[in-house]
Amino acid sequence: MQQVAQPVATTFFFYMLSGLAILSGVLVITRKNAVHSALALILTLLCVAGLYLMLYAPFVAGVQIILYVGGIMVLFLFVIMLVNLERAQKEKQFNQQWLPGILAALGLGTLFVLIFVKGKSSFPLPAAPSIAEGSNTQAVGQLLYSNYMFPFEIASLLLLVAIIGAVVMAKKRI
Amino acid sequence: MPNWITSYLDKNVHVTPGVYGSPFWALVYILVVFAGVSLAVVCMNWLERKILAHMQVRLGPMRVGPHGLLQPIADALKLILKEDIVPEGADSFVFLLAPIIILLAVFSVYCVIPFGPTHAITDMNIGILFMLGVSSLGVLGIVMAGWASNSHYPLIGALRSSAQMVSYEIAMGLAVVSAVLMTSLNAEGTGTLSMIGIVQAQYAQHTWFVFKFFPLGLIAFFIFAVAMVAETNRAPFDLPEAESELTAGFHTEYSGLRWSLFMLGEYAAMIAVSSIAITLWLGGWMRPFPNALSGPTWDLAFSLFPALTFFGLAAMTFYSTMRMPKHAFFRVQTIGLGAFGAVFALIGLILLVPAVRDRVQDVYWFIAKIAVFLYLYIWYRGTFPRYRFDQLMKVGWKVLLPMGIGVLMLTGIVGLRTEIWDFLQRLVHV
Repeated sequence: MQQVAQPVATTFFFYMLSGLAILSGVLVITRKNAVHSALALILTLLCVAGLYLMLYAPFVAGVQIILYVGGIMVLFLFVIMLVNLERAQKEKQFNQQWLPGILAALGLGTLFVLIFVKGKSSFPLPAAPSIAEGSNTQAVGQLLYSNYMFPFEIASLLLLVAIIGAVVMAKKRI
Repeated sequence: MPNWITSYLDKNVHVTPGVYGSPFWALVYILVVFAGVSLAVVCMNWLERKILAHMQVRLGPMRVGPHGLLQPIADALKLILKEDIVPEGADSFVFLLAPIIILLAVFSVYCVIPFGPTHAITDMNIGILFMLGVSSLGVLGIVMAGWASNSHYPLIGALRSSAQMVSYEIAMGLAVVSAVLMTSLNAEGTGTLSMIGIVQAQYAQHTWFVFKFFPLGLIAFFIFAVAMVAETNRAPFDLPEAESELTAGFHTEYSGLRWSLFMLGEYAAMIAVSSIAITLWLGGWMRPFPNALSGPTWDLAFSLFPALTFFGLAAMTFYSTMRMPKHAFFRVQTIGLGAFGAVFALIGLILLVPAVRDRVQDVYWFIAKIAVFLYLYIWYRGTFPRYRFDQLMKVGWKVLLPMGIGVLMLTGIVGLRTEIWDFLQRLVHV
């Protein structure tokens, strides 16, 4: 008698994760202390990883945690810890240009709402995942090495260039 | 009995509680694992001090209880009663949060560790990715602790720790990928990231991955074994807490219960990474030679091992009891040690019951393999001097990383050797 576990309280978790992501996203820009901002950013990234899990994309969620939270954010913190925070805390955090800021926010917001309302036909919501839950990783791998081979290779070339660039910039004498 | 209790006891259920979707049994497993790991950490604490002492021709703890057996309890009491100090100028929120983050990261890993085919909290299809990802969150706690202490030594310790962990994670990941590649050598040609799936792949291929494609599996295992010591900040890579240079590294400013949370996290992380190594390369919960020495006779013989181990422990304890000094002052301790041995013998007797014997076999072999790894950890600490930081970085980036890439490529080539051979032959014929 094999029993398949059904998802529990999906709506609750969706709103909890998105709410936390937005809240910590706001904290990232409002905290004066850069380390606190970085910690809030980590929380945002973890919430996004949770949302990926809810979309039946466990592989993307795992990679999100390993790369962003475990790798990139640790390096962020590594740098921030060495910065003199006292000076940064005395600086003004926001420039006072409220009018352009509000206009830009309103413009972007209207754009989002318009796309959400009008664009439903041009961007159809994806149907229920056609990939079986257990084979997500295999499906991602097969797509990467067949349909999306070219973008994948371009992306890896770009990363290679970035690595070489970093070495060239960091080393005085090669 | 209600359905939610009986459901998982069904003999036909061959999945973990998480996969079966039984919250009650998942909770039971979580509690058992949490208590078991905490108990193991306490035992490990005593064993480490004792074994290190014997390696250095000392006695180690001898005062509290017979052979210092009650020392961990005394230490725990002391730590709980100590004042919990937050230094002035420290960022108190981050300071108090850091040990909790470390514990959360470490204990989340135990969700997917398979102590047996059904003895895991759950089985994820991204199991090994989840483990690597979550265990890399532990470094965040260390960095937070070091920064929030507002003190020089912890900051340097945290910097060292983050640099070290980020560098060794890469070599570790490459070694893990080469083991995952080996799981795909089946008829369908698809591998798996699930911890249970990886062990089952080793069973299906009739070999532990450490012996697969000799010596490729062995080299990958070696890379992981070195990286895992660095990842858990243990000697000889314990630079983040090098006491001769940094007092106690990132947890210098912590005291009392919070300090003990760091210790708990460190030892629990050691158990966690050891179980990753065991699952990937050493056959997980499988007993030795499950294919070559199969059949009811061998099954019976190997199923007696758990009981025999406990009888051996009991015999050792009784021998020590007889050697206790015959002075009236030691009478209570002698009786206590004898009772301890009796408990071991009783556990051994319980493990002889056929129903129990069959259920705990997998768990026994898994824990026995973990015990070997933990002994190795102590052994390293007693043997190797501490590395210098530039040497540590050199080993990570210039030795382990190229080795990892080489092993990964060679594993792929050897795994596809028939296909490559066919391809070359076709090239020649064209």
